[in-house]
Amino acid sequence: MAIATTPIRVLIGKVGLDGHDRGVKLVVRALRDAGVEIIYTGLHQTPEQIVTTAIQEDVQAIGLSIHSGAHNSLFPRVLQLLKEQGAEDVTLFGGGIIPDDDVPRLKAAGVQMLFRPATPMHDIVDFVKGLRVER
Amino acid sequence: MNERKSRFSSLSGLDIERVYSPDHLKGWSVEQDLGQPGSFPYTRGIYPNMYRSRLWTMRQFAGFGSADDTNRRFKYLLAQGQTGLSVAFDLPTLMGLDADDPMARGEVGHCGVAISSLADMERLFDGIPLDQVTTSMTINGPAAVLFAMYLAVAEKRGIPFDRLGGTIQNDILKEYIAQKEWLFPPEPHIAIIVDTIAYCAAHVPKWHPISISGYHIREAGSTAVQELAFTLYDGLTYVDAAVKSGLDVDAFAPQLSFFFNVHNDFFEEIAKFRAARRLWAREMEQRYHPKNPRSLQLRCHAQTAGCSLTAQQPMNNVVRTTLQALAAVLGGTQSLHTNSMDETLALPTEEAVTLALRTQQVIASESETVNCVDPLGGSYFVESLTNRLEEGARDYFKRLDQMGGMVAAIEHGFPQREILDASQRYQKEIEHKERPIVGVTDYVEQETRSLPILKIGPEVEQEQVARLSDLRKSRDPFKMAGSLEELQETAACHQNLMPALIEAVKAKATLGEICAALKEVYGTYREPVVL
Repeated sequence: MAIATTPIRVLIGKVGLDGHDRGVKLVVRALRDAGVEIIYTGLHQTPEQIVTTAIQEDVQAIGLSIHSGAHNSLFPRVLQLLKEQGAEDVTLFGGGIIPDDDVPRLKAAGVQMLFRPATPMHDIVDFVKGLRVER
Repeated sequence: MNERKSRFSSLSGLDIERVYSPDHLKGWSVEQDLGQPGSFPYTRGIYPNMYRSRLWTMRQFAGFGSADDTNRRFKYLLAQGQTGLSVAFDLPTLMGLDADDPMARGEVGHCGVAISSLADMERLFDGIPLDQVTTSMTINGPAAVLFAMYLAVAEKRGIPFDRLGGTIQNDILKEYIAQKEWLFPPEPHIAIIVDTIAYCAAHVPKWHPISISGYHIREAGSTAVQELAFTLYDGLTYVDAAVKSGLDVDAFAPQLSFFFNVHNDFFEEIAKFRAARRLWAREMEQRYHPKNPRSLQLRCHAQTAGCSLTAQQPMNNVVRTTLQALAAVLGGTQSLHTNSMDETLALPTEEAVTLALRTQQVIASESETVNCVDPLGGSYFVESLTNRLEEGARDYFKRLDQMGGMVAAIEHGFPQREILDASQRYQKEIEHKERPIVGVTDYVEQETRSLPILKIGPEVEQEQVARLSDLRKSRDPFKMAGSLEELQETAACHQNLMPALIEAVKAKATLGEICAALKEVYGTYREPVVL
């Protein structure tokens, strides 16, 4: 039963220049309270830093918060770098200010889930805990 | 009859009783605590006539895409009756980076306008009379550089600096606390702010060299009391630094300005503006004994709360913004930005920003709320709230004093943690439906109504990068490099940076080059992560 009690490891990060960290910190607190092991990167990370940290820390998923409008550039770059490093099995999800029109394209590119303003916290927790079941 | 809830509380968690009476104002006096408008302690407003003489400045924060895109928006807003300009810069500019910096990829022109050089600044204000409109610039880390560009534009056009009016936000403490866009460690950052304060006192007398901001503290999740406390304490920290540098308090304090959020709790917000004026006047009087009464007056800009807007049923945002704007007016603000209904989704479209401006115009022209100064003064409830906000802020002042001041408190993560805890409480209250939000927790509609939104295409970044490349080819490289060396020497010798910055921007050094040169002298900042 050791597997069932191993906490899921997730990297939560802020990528790009965006400093809006109110939402992401609440997500970190909620996930921790739910028993998820979190590596929080802090602000102003490059896609390269995010992917390097994710591989070093051997996380199962990466969750990125972007409120700056740079999502169409940053998510695809993280996906590309994961592929280059042979780490496509790491789930990428995210949240922030992402307009309707951009969601299908980002999901098609490989972003597993995008949480948008006013998402109930338990939806995010359920999603992350569900990742363990899928594995 | 039973009441609907066992406890009624303000948005910030203050208990609210059923009705207020003189019993709630024991020890409060009309002479000491209320006073007259335009007189100490300025609870009722900083001017005797307030809006009977002059309405607030209607100043919509605007900026997107290239300098030319934003210049067109500025001219449109002025044509619609806006009375002042307010520049929103994009994230690379806010972080002191050029549009072609690797960290800027995907961010250019998205959150505001991209300004990397003096040439960009000239295009931003093309055809706009800088001696006739006042301009506010939301810029902090690299504020002195952008200010130098603005001054250089005026100089080129032959406009004397003493005819320029406006504001640079230039408040780095709230960046460390809440907004999170910084360049250097606190000590040199505060020294540069003091340079801008001293430079304005000597050369640009109608300019506000700083807008000490609670807006972002509130947006990060603080309560009204925390917004009030941290903002005013930040203000006192700057005054202290300026006085310690040798400036006379009356030489600069009349040029200080403040910036507050206006959130959903109508009366609490009105009380916050009143408490802010009274607390600032009292603290300045007690700590610095200024001779000029203007040194005691808290002047402020206000913006409706972006974090109160919802992506669901976005037209409801117009109503929220109207109530918040009215609270700012009843609170006695000097200028106001009203958010557009589409701002949870993107920067506002022209149609949305026009409606937001019209909201202010309707309040000013039609509601007749501008006729009487401080119309809620003397209300048992509002006076009681004003007292409680002032007391709450004073409690924080004591704790901050004990920690050795704001810089030390930030290094310990104190204000950051207080705000995060408050934000978590608020989030839980919403999720438990203790704070209903129309269209989100209640009255939810299945069908989504979407608004047209403003899109920034990739060509904005490509064109800005090309312009920078042309600029670098066109300039005299020796003159440019010499100006940066001069700047570094000035910084290393702790001389006032402003003259050297003006020379550097005129020598066509870019924003990113200037900030990189200064980082070599000052170092960079690493945030203590608070979770």
